[in-house]
Amino acid sequence: MIELTKNQSSPVTSLLAFVKKRLATARDFFRRHEWAMPLLLAISLAGTVVGSLLIGAYPMSFWRAGEITVNLGLPWALPSESSWSLMELAVIQMIRLPRVLLATLVGMALGMSGAALQGMMRNPLVGPDLVGVSSGAALGGVFAIMFYWSESATVALAFLGGLLALGGTYGLAHLARSFEGIGLILSGIFVGAFCISGVCFGLFLADDHQMSRIGHLVMGYLNEATPQTVWLLTVPTLVGGSILMLLRWRINLLSLGNADALSLGINVRLLRLTIIAVVSLIVAAQVSVSGLIGWVGLVVPHCARMLVGPDHRKLLPASALLGGMFVLLIDDFTRVVLRTDVGTGTLTTLIGTPFICFLFWKKKTKGWIND
Amino acid sequence: MKTGDFSFSGLGHSYLPDKWIFRNYQSQVSRGQILALLGPNGCGKTTLLKILLGALAQTEGSVSVNGHVAFVPQLFQVAFDYSALDMVLMGRAKKVGLFSQPTSADEEMALKALERVGLASLANRPFHEMSGGQRQLVIFARALVAEADILILDEPTSALDLKNQNAILEWIDRLARRENLTVIFSTHHPHHAYAVADQALLMLGGSDYAAGQVDEVLIESNLFRLYNLPLKKVSFEFEEQAIETLVPVFRPKEDHRMA
Repeated sequence: MIELTKNQSSPVTSLLAFVKKRLATARDFFRRHEWAMPLLLAISLAGTVVGSLLIGAYPMSFWRAGEITVNLGLPWALPSESSWSLMELAVIQMIRLPRVLLATLVGMALGMSGAALQGMMRNPLVGPDLVGVSSGAALGGVFAIMFYWSESATVALAFLGGLLALGGTYGLAHLARSFEGIGLILSGIFVGAFCISGVCFGLFLADDHQMSRIGHLVMGYLNEATPQTVWLLTVPTLVGGSILMLLRWRINLLSLGNADALSLGINVRLLRLTIIAVVSLIVAAQVSVSGLIGWVGLVVPHCARMLVGPDHRKLLPASALLGGMFVLLIDDFTRVVLRTDVGTGTLTTLIGTPFICFLFWKKKTKGWIND
Repeated sequence: MKTGDFSFSGLGHSYLPDKWIFRNYQSQVSRGQILALLGPNGCGKTTLLKILLGALAQTEGSVSVNGHVAFVPQLFQVAFDYSALDMVLMGRAKKVGLFSQPTSADEEMALKALERVGLASLANRPFHEMSGGQRQLVIFARALVAEADILILDEPTSALDLKNQNAILEWIDRLARRENLTVIFSTHHPHHAYAVADQALLMLGGSDYAAGQVDEVLIESNLFRLYNLPLKKVSFEFEEQAIETLVPVFRPKEDHRMA
């Protein structure tokens, strides 16, 4: 008779032990070399962007797409006579490039906005979706669509909607004297529900054309990417993102709570208002060009925190890079594998919610609710 | 008024009209002195500390603070798993420009402060994973790097075992005597106030209070009014040192109450 003792290990347990050991070694390496993880993420994002340009529904060889991509980035690197057709060039330059850049920018915008909001509100359970800013921006966008206003007016109204919604959530939680806990989440749900009901009312009143545009706004589509929409998002993301990056250490201070942050001698109110305005601007611009891309701002900072830790000096850049990669990969999956316009926002939510459920199960909400 | 001096007069606060939590409070603390705030639960100790800190506006009266104030809150929970070093580094907030990040010199200072409280070896340990006493010491280290003149602590020894209570009291004493910081702390333990404080303020409710030197204020009659419980002053010799302390007389057993 064979008796199993604790010392006897199966191949599976040995493999698991080996993987664990390697992971621990890697973790040690990244802890000792703080620059290594952001560098790795930046290289991975750059690789994903280039890789995404090479793949698509249009029948074109991988190498041909590569040649055109290299020519776009480094025109002097290849011989002057081109071997590709104008159609192939147009596919890369006018269809894939704007879409890939837009997906990257959307992910970066949402990733860093989510990390900033979570830090500022000292709650890892908040994201642009859960505090009503995305829904508010969507409602603003629907208003602009209903009155056939221009794209810049759509961005302006989406910004106003996002700002009002976030202000409403903030104010409601303040009135309930539960700014840093479950009250904030509940306020976000109330404000978000109100805004979404407004969006539904817009759908009810809309004609066919308006209904299609509102549908795109709600489901989050990147298939209408053009150089103009890329620029429309690039400017607010660059300006707002730069402000957030400069304030990233201050977000650490805000995450300590009102009284403690005040005692450290910082202007808490001004800092919070600045971050709210900046996040509203970024998310509104994102919603106006690509619709609701759900749960990225909530899920990505959690993953980034696992990689670089909670310090917002590293977390904000990591969330931006990881967010860009996340949305880009999902959009690649939509256009290359599914080859249908199911809506990138629908897929990000489909993937994001089980992930948060998994964390909910593993962490038992530890540190999620600060009441 | 010198840097580190602290005073308030005619101070009062009410959340509802004419429902004064406290009123007409007056006190003055000089640099390097320790003031202890004592009072039963719900008497407004934390409210008073928030007002002194500037986090809450008083309903009436004036507060005069000369210098930079650092605060150690009562239940120190952080939403994110910062390391001890990150926590201490945050003390440099006032010295780091609005759009700047802390420099390596700031990090060096934070590490030295951790060394001074004896926690340098735990610099990279998550703050969550530290014991209550260690966390309080980390926040003390944060006050050191902040180069604060006044330190306000809200019940710093609550939820700590006796050894850690003693360590915190030693640090309060050290910060005042060696670092010349003005320290204001609230406590439920009159014997802690008796052991380290120079002055005490007993919050007896409404406009009733007793403030002054510890010897004059922490007397049995005042303490009985404060807690509705007898506290006896006892003196004895310990390791060739004359010790004087306060002992609460708990008598929970029924036969005592009957007698």
